Amino acid sequence: MTSRIEGELLEVSMGPQHPSTHGVFRMNVALEGEIVRKLKPVFGYLHRNHEKIGENASYLGSMPYTDRLDYFCSMTNNWAYALSVEKLAGIEVPERAEYLRIILAELTRLQNHASLLGFLLNDMGAWGTPLMYAFREREKILDLFESLSGSRMMCDYMRFGGCRVDASPEWLARAKKIVDLFPRFIDELEQLVVGNEVVIGRTQNVGKLSPELAINAGITGPMLRACGVNYDIRKVDRYGFYPRFKLRVPLGEHGDTYDRLMMRVLEMRESIGILKQALEQIPPGPVMNPKVKIRAFRPPMGEAYGRIEGPKGELGFYLISDGGPNPYRYRVRPPSFINLTVLEDLCLGHTVADVMVILGSIDIVMGEVDR
Amino acid sequence: MEIGQILSSKKLIVETLEQIKARVEAAVSGAKIEIVQNPGPANQPSLLIDNEHAAAVASFLRDDPKLRLDFCSNATGVDWLDRTVKKTVKVKTIVEGVEKEVDQSTEEKIPGYLEAVYHLYSITHKHGPVIVRTRTADRADGTRLPSLTPVWRSAEFQEREIFDLYGIRFDGHPDLRRILMWDEFVDHPMRKDYREPDDYEYEPTPHDDVLERAKRHYAPRPQLDGAENIVAGGDALNR
Repeated sequence: MTSRIEGELLEVSMGPQHPSTHGVFRMNVALEGEIVRKLKPVFGYLHRNHEKIGENASYLGSMPYTDRLDYFCSMTNNWAYALSVEKLAGIEVPERAEYLRIILAELTRLQNHASLLGFLLNDMGAWGTPLMYAFREREKILDLFESLSGSRMMCDYMRFGGCRVDASPEWLARAKKIVDLFPRFIDELEQLVVGNEVVIGRTQNVGKLSPELAINAGITGPMLRACGVNYDIRKVDRYGFYPRFKLRVPLGEHGDTYDRLMMRVLEMRESIGILKQALEQIPPGPVMNPKVKIRAFRPPMGEAYGRIEGPKGELGFYLISDGGPNPYRYRVRPPSFINLTVLEDLCLGHTVADVMVILGSIDIVMGEVDR
Repeated sequence: MEIGQILSSKKLIVETLEQIKARVEAAVSGAKIEIVQNPGPANQPSLLIDNEHAAAVASFLRDDPKLRLDFCSNATGVDWLDRTVKKTVKVKTIVEGVEKEVDQSTEEKIPGYLEAVYHLYSITHKHGPVIVRTRTADRADGTRLPSLTPVWRSAEFQEREIFDLYGIRFDGHPDLRRILMWDEFVDHPMRKDYREPDDYEYEPTPHDDVLERAKRHYAPRPQLDGAENIVAGGDALNR
């Protein structure tokens, strides 16, 4: 693990195989005693040039591959890609499909945030138990995904102009039951986390991020809102049918790790609010725009950038079409990759043990970081 | 062509790209800005800014109180190969003593170039996107562009990625290294004319040295009775 001593700084290579790097991620850290003085992230261990593969595949062919970006949130990845292609080709989406998309995206947000909290407590030394609590709830949502799309994690559910299959009334009833029971889990987890002395000691005033730096460095998602910046793409872009729902944007005050952690708890509560409204209001009708040609799909020449509020931040797709069957340029704007820009700024002056907690609170998935 | 294309969005600023262009050119002396049309239904045209004044224009876009494009969401590269554009122009010529309009097609060769594209939003005013591009002179030697990382730090890793995958060198970037490919890698894989080498996995290893040493280890020894030499492992090595 250690390499060489340079002056009074000790260079340590943390990762790529480390239980709390959430995948294969390496940080070259220069330490003075136990204090971090320099930190350079090293990427690319999971790089497979997703964008090049996307340029060589047809538009539809890339859809299942977007599942593998952030494999915790395949539904939102699908949506971001479908939204961009719909912008590129000017496709309308039926009402029921928009409702289903919102339901699935919010369920994804629930299970992502729940498992993130579990992992974060894992990083703080609460081995196993909180994570198992979170995974128990996540499993219920993954069961829903499986019965709808046929797969727990690699859902490949959305299409340009709608969704692949319709949800049955039984499925909606089941989803409603799970959503109704979910707040109990959040209460339980919150009790476990909020007042816990160890959690408070390890997270408050650790890894503080100023709103100015957060905006300049392109930080998005819960991490940006933890700094007190009111910017939620669901509110700003008003994509899908989000304007129809009552949604409050929780904001942090200090921008430290504790705020980032609490932001997830509060966002889960808002997601439940949206889910309850959406499951009640969902109208009958088709889930697919019949005018869309799924096979031999060729959007007109032009370019489009579409983005959504993913659980980890702004997930965008930038597509250029030359009129052919596959995109001329296919670019993924990965939130967790860009959120890592400020990792060094957050960790400087903290101990090595805090690096793990700060990294955990950023919420990264290497499938998306390295692409 | 207003920015803030989302139809249901209430907070869009009513300023066309032409107005932005005029204001930028008035504020930054010498800046040349071109509007790049986007024919698709997305209706996202962009501003092409000249490399010399890119940093000044970017600072203006960020700091102007009306625009306040403080959030650079996405920065990426695009590779455009050499292409020919056919244009048909109607020309009046005299054919057999009668004046006629004849279609005359001309071919225009556009040399290839690399592009860096930035999608800018405003968190203060909640509008956007304004799309800004810069272009290199060509695809071979002149692939240098000014870095916008000093203006928006979110471009730091993304410009490193463009450098890594497209080979655009960003002047003024604080830490321009490869980010996704390994440091010894030579080519830029996202270029359209990139070809994967056959011996992709080949790395020089000391196998040959080891085998040579092994042969010497089993050097033939003279046999007193003139019998054939039996070399341990020799057959396997010489096969």
